[in-house]
Amino acid sequence: MATEAQAISSDWGGGALPYRVGHRKLGMWLFIMSDSLTFSALLIGYAYLRASNVWPTPFKFYPSIVFSSVMTLVLLSSSLTMVMAVSASSRGQRSTARKWIIATAVLGVTFIVLHSIEWRHLISEGLTPFQLPAEWAAKWPGATPLFGATFFGITGMHMFHVATGCIYLLIVAGRVNKLKHEDVEISGLYWHFVDLVWMFVFPMIYLLSIYPKK
Amino acid sequence: MAEATHEEVHRHPAPTGFIRKYIFSIDHKVIGIQYILLALTAVLVGLVMSILMRLNLSWPGTHWPIMATLFPTGAPGGIMSPEFYLSLVTMHGTIMVFFVLTTAPQGGFGNYFLPIQIGAEDMAFPVLNMMSFWVTLVGFVVLLLAIFAEGNLTIGSWFSKLGESFAAGSGTVGPIGGWTGYPPLSALGKVAGPGQGAGVNLWIISIAIFCVGSLLGALNFITTLINMRTKGMTMMRMPLTCWAWFTTAILALLSFPVLLAGGILLLLDRIAGTSFFIPGGLYVSGSLVPLHTGGSPLLWQHLFWFFGHPEVYIAILPGMGATSHILSTFARKPIFGYRAMVFAIFAIGMLGFFVWGHHMFISGMSPYSAIAFSVLTLSIGVPSAIKTFNWLGTLWGAKIRFTTPMLFAIGFVSLFVAGGITGLVLGQTSLDFFFHDTYFVTAHFHLVMGVASIFGMFAATYFWFPKMFGRMMNESLGKVHFWVTFIGVYAIFVPFHAMGMVGMPRRYANFGEYEFLKSAHGLVLFVTVAALITAAVQIVFYFNFFWSMFKGKKASDNPWDATTLEWTTATPPPHDNFAGVVPEVYRGPYEFSVPGAAKDFIMQTEPEGPDISGGLGEASGNGNGHKH
Repeated sequence: MATEAQAISSDWGGGALPYRVGHRKLGMWLFIMSDSLTFSALLIGYAYLRASNVWPTPFKFYPSIVFSSVMTLVLLSSSLTMVMAVSASSRGQRSTARKWIIATAVLGVTFIVLHSIEWRHLISEGLTPFQLPAEWAAKWPGATPLFGATFFGITGMHMFHVATGCIYLLIVAGRVNKLKHEDVEISGLYWHFVDLVWMFVFPMIYLLSIYPKK
Repeated sequence: MAEATHEEVHRHPAPTGFIRKYIFSIDHKVIGIQYILLALTAVLVGLVMSILMRLNLSWPGTHWPIMATLFPTGAPGGIMSPEFYLSLVTMHGTIMVFFVLTTAPQGGFGNYFLPIQIGAEDMAFPVLNMMSFWVTLVGFVVLLLAIFAEGNLTIGSWFSKLGESFAAGSGTVGPIGGWTGYPPLSALGKVAGPGQGAGVNLWIISIAIFCVGSLLGALNFITTLINMRTKGMTMMRMPLTCWAWFTTAILALLSFPVLLAGGILLLLDRIAGTSFFIPGGLYVSGSLVPLHTGGSPLLWQHLFWFFGHPEVYIAILPGMGATSHILSTFARKPIFGYRAMVFAIFAIGMLGFFVWGHHMFISGMSPYSAIAFSVLTLSIGVPSAIKTFNWLGTLWGAKIRFTTPMLFAIGFVSLFVAGGITGLVLGQTSLDFFFHDTYFVTAHFHLVMGVASIFGMFAATYFWFPKMFGRMMNESLGKVHFWVTFIGVYAIFVPFHAMGMVGMPRRYANFGEYEFLKSAHGLVLFVTVAALITAAVQIVFYFNFFWSMFKGKKASDNPWDATTLEWTTATPPPHDNFAGVVPEVYRGPYEFSVPGAAKDFIMQTEPEGPDISGGLGEASGNGNGHKH
């Protein structure tokens, strides 16, 4: 165990930032920890309900899986553009950073648009939070209507985070000249977190529900 | 704090206007007092409800004319209906757990004293801090709306226009399902009974808002504590209060998001027609519930108690911190085993995340899971015992100054032991099968998380009042308040154990029909009398609080001869806490009666002295020696 003198001279001795990050960045990390528990609760709830019910697996390779893969690609690319933004910002190239941030937000909006098209498609097939389409109900007798509830609930919660993120990014882009590099980095943290959540949602909601080959 | 690496966000000038200074203030001290006033208001509502419950249990069928006036539907002719009683139970629990036991210890005293005790000039995010309070207040107002929406036909009809699930005006004072809001009844709406329409919707919305407020607060506390400790304030030199608030904030940060997720799903079940918590083929009130199938009420129990168990530690840990702090100060001795106290408080907090299943022993869970939850639950007894024996060790051979805060701190130890010991009984599956949902459980959690936490807060109030308001509270009134409350709460809750052992179930509005409970009616009456006296003596506390604020004896900067940073600054502290001076810390927080020192206490800011090596690591040999 470190002696007290060592403790005082270390970063944890007070009067310093132990993780060498400012308040806002630490705060964002804490928010991410907390928010990841919200999503964990939703996904564990989904797993719990799925395991205790007859669950339909309706997503055909084309169009559903192809479409959602494109959405995934768009969101992953947005993480790449965000990395470029943070990297430009770290070199002090603010206007370049702004362009990359706007690119990220545009990709985010693209994701939301694609997602809405997919939602509309499923709703037009007859999927609601409380009912399966008649066709699915016939194919999977006794299947639970919770498919729609979990699908809209979890992807809706994620979409809400993406939408919030887009607004957040646009504000950062607008004020990039006044902000410190760390603030750009913080917006990046949030954005990557939202992407990471999708990397759990995509396999759990989509890939596990691929229409079985006969 | 002067280094360039520090952010400047928290440096803000002192406000001048009344609104910025006292209403929408971003000063952590004002926000702390706002939280305390919120808790003092909420606790009155909760207390009145508990008195009404006692009246109904003791003298069922009595006409209470005022009830007939206030709640013509819920208490027709002044006789409380069973549903009315159940809504009292629900709202009493919700208000007390969320808006009293979570707000006062953490949002109130934590907000006020954590930054000062670590030598910071404010919280890390002052604006966020203000938002936490206002969000919490909105949550409270929404919860109170449930009383009016369900209790008043006119207001209820406004809510009914919002849709079927907002059907209201049933004459209760809110939902009737208890503070745990178990589905399926909480997920179904009006069909599940009076109060289950708008009452439950408003209840869920209120809790969700409260979750957001607590999250913002927790994030702020942790950032402040990690980043803003002043020079020399190592983690192991922090007062134990700070450790308690820190651990509590971590618990809040990790448990409230899960409740938030559960709350969202429950609300979707009610207003969007989903079936997360509603199984198929359910008969309620004599008819089949249509359209719902596949959900699991147990899922809610898991989500709720994953939050719910840490929540009880959120309520009590700050009380433990305050007790440790106050015991050491008035025993004029270093706290016994500082390091052990830190590890114990952290261990209790972390173990709290793995024991939620002990609330669900009778849910039909696998006996193997139950035994795991049981063993983990009982293991919390170890750090709890470490704390208890360290408190006793601190008192051992001390020249105790029996001030009012000290009396309440000793009362905390007593109540924590008395209430905690039955946790070991209830944590065992075989015994819980008998005691589950009896008054034995009610006795356990009221003593340990309710009354003990409140005693911690009373101790904190009497202790820090002079620093907050510049005046002392009246000692004689304080002692009257202590002795009557202390004897009173035992008189209320010890008989609860006996009632539980004869099998008296919780949440019943009336025991008159049960032959086997007839013999316990004398106890019920006794408890009610004790409750009335204990409630009445709280008037003394309120009077003392507000009277002393203006007329109390003027306090010096360090009236208790204490050592920590809040006692080094002016009374009440200036806007930036230390009037522009950045305090530097040279030693641990509990250096009392150091041999060879001029006085019997050494402030943390004092650089030279007989014990220049400083911290408790070396200084309090008696604190660590017992381990080797």
